[in-house]
Amino acid sequence: MALNIKQLRKEFPILNQTVNGRQLIYFDNAATTHKPKSVVDRLTEYYYNENSNIHRGAHYLSQKATEAYEDARKTVASFINAPHQHEIIFTRGTTEAINLVASSFGKKFIRPGDEVIISALEHHSNIVPWQIACEERDATLKVIPINEKGELILEEYQKMLNEKTRLVAITHVSNSLGTVNPVKEMIEAAHSKDIPVLIDGAQAIPHMKVDVQELNCDFYCFSGHKMYGPMGVGVLYGKEEWLEKMPPYQGGGEMIKEVTFEKTTYNELPFKFEAGTPNVGDVLGMEAAVKFISYLRHENIAAHEKELLNYALDKLGKFEKIRFVGNAGHRTSVVSFLFEDIHPYDTGTILDKLGIAVRTGHHCAQPVMDFFNIPGTVRASLAVYNTKEEIDTLVEALEKVREMFA
Amino acid sequence: MKIKEKEEEIISEFEMFDDWMDKYNYIIEIGKSLPGLDEENKQEKYLIKGCQARVWLVPEFKNGEVVFSADSDALITKGIVALLIRVLSRQPPEDIVNADLEFIDRIGLKEHLSQTRSNGLLNMIKQMKLYALAFKAKQQK
Repeated sequence: MALNIKQLRKEFPILNQTVNGRQLIYFDNAATTHKPKSVVDRLTEYYYNENSNIHRGAHYLSQKATEAYEDARKTVASFINAPHQHEIIFTRGTTEAINLVASSFGKKFIRPGDEVIISALEHHSNIVPWQIACEERDATLKVIPINEKGELILEEYQKMLNEKTRLVAITHVSNSLGTVNPVKEMIEAAHSKDIPVLIDGAQAIPHMKVDVQELNCDFYCFSGHKMYGPMGVGVLYGKEEWLEKMPPYQGGGEMIKEVTFEKTTYNELPFKFEAGTPNVGDVLGMEAAVKFISYLRHENIAAHEKELLNYALDKLGKFEKIRFVGNAGHRTSVVSFLFEDIHPYDTGTILDKLGIAVRTGHHCAQPVMDFFNIPGTVRASLAVYNTKEEIDTLVEALEKVREMFA
Repeated sequence: MKIKEKEEEIISEFEMFDDWMDKYNYIIEIGKSLPGLDEENKQEKYLIKGCQARVWLVPEFKNGEVVFSADSDALITKGIVALLIRVLSRQPPEDIVNADLEFIDRIGLKEHLSQTRSNGLLNMIKQMKLYALAFKAKQQK
């Protein structure tokens, strides 16, 4: 079913504004997406009618909020087809989810001389936590290299897996290039050597159906704000067997069973990993975002975004001296490019003046830029509410950029 | 010419443009006409941290004045640093340290001072003032 984008855009009031006297065009969706009314309304509803601290109060509001919060966990679990609700840990976002695993898993399982494998496509948030963990544990970080198209070199990955490998942490989709990694295959390869795998799904979840049982990943992390939900909330899915074995990440309320000054016993999953008062409102907002995506259906979103991507590649490909960075066979709706004779910062500044929001720079993935030996790119990342007309406007704006600089 | 006078000069030049596009075209022109640096001066130690584009700033101290030269791989950035050089170069360190650089706001470049611009312009100004401060300290020894 083709989506009615014109109708859909009405759900996003923020899109209806002018920037520097021009209609806003928002192509920075890989940084964060906008939020539909249903998400904003859910937040309002919570703070107007349900706000209360959860899991302890015996009063009406607390019970209502607790129920809503645990229902949201159920919704998220079924969204990614997690076998158990208690395998869903709410976090501040993908970054915190990865840090949680790096810290807790690291403490328990990473030993001196061990290795952790990441890839050259990672966002800094799936690099730095592992650097910290490896430094603390005297372990080594290994990096799967990429080819000129911006795809992982799988033969190299296969060679890296060995008895010292303690964990593989890779991104599902590259934030800077849009490359979709063959994670299922990579997980199978790691599992054949009993190595668990963490997937950074921040850039995948808004664009494709994710089934954690089908992938058979051990951990899957994603953020609310990149999937039409609120900022400050995210999810760590972890297999029960791992989460049970891992020590708590933070101490505080909610995560305990009994506390004495001599000894504290920890609560069961998922509460063991949710210290302190949770971000109930944003969790409910995230649930609304899940419902929004489920209502549109991932296959419809993907079909529309693919059409936009092909249209954009075709139109932009006509420019002289344009260089696309990342040409993976399997990719999401991200176009990373630069003009060979114009600095991406200059391009971005003029696009901004023309009301077009793109990202310029290294996109928190400096190693990727170093590989291609470029100062950065202009990244247009498309979402379900973008249109071909907007791409036409981008093309006109880029013509202006070339006039000014070339 | 004093810093203030140079600022006034730039302000009146920019008053000619009522369209942002003309203004940016002018900044780009200014950028293109900045002599830039030889390759051997484009060193890590001259790079200004925190800019999206690379900016090299080389200070010299001659006859009681600070002389700046600079380069950047982005033209808008180069234009902006060229404006700063026009105002601040060949001035006594004391005056550079105390300059309020009001012209940036007056010519409508204030947005380049914001955090989201990775503090490019802000860092350039900070670095120029730091160099001036260092020369001033040396002078007083």
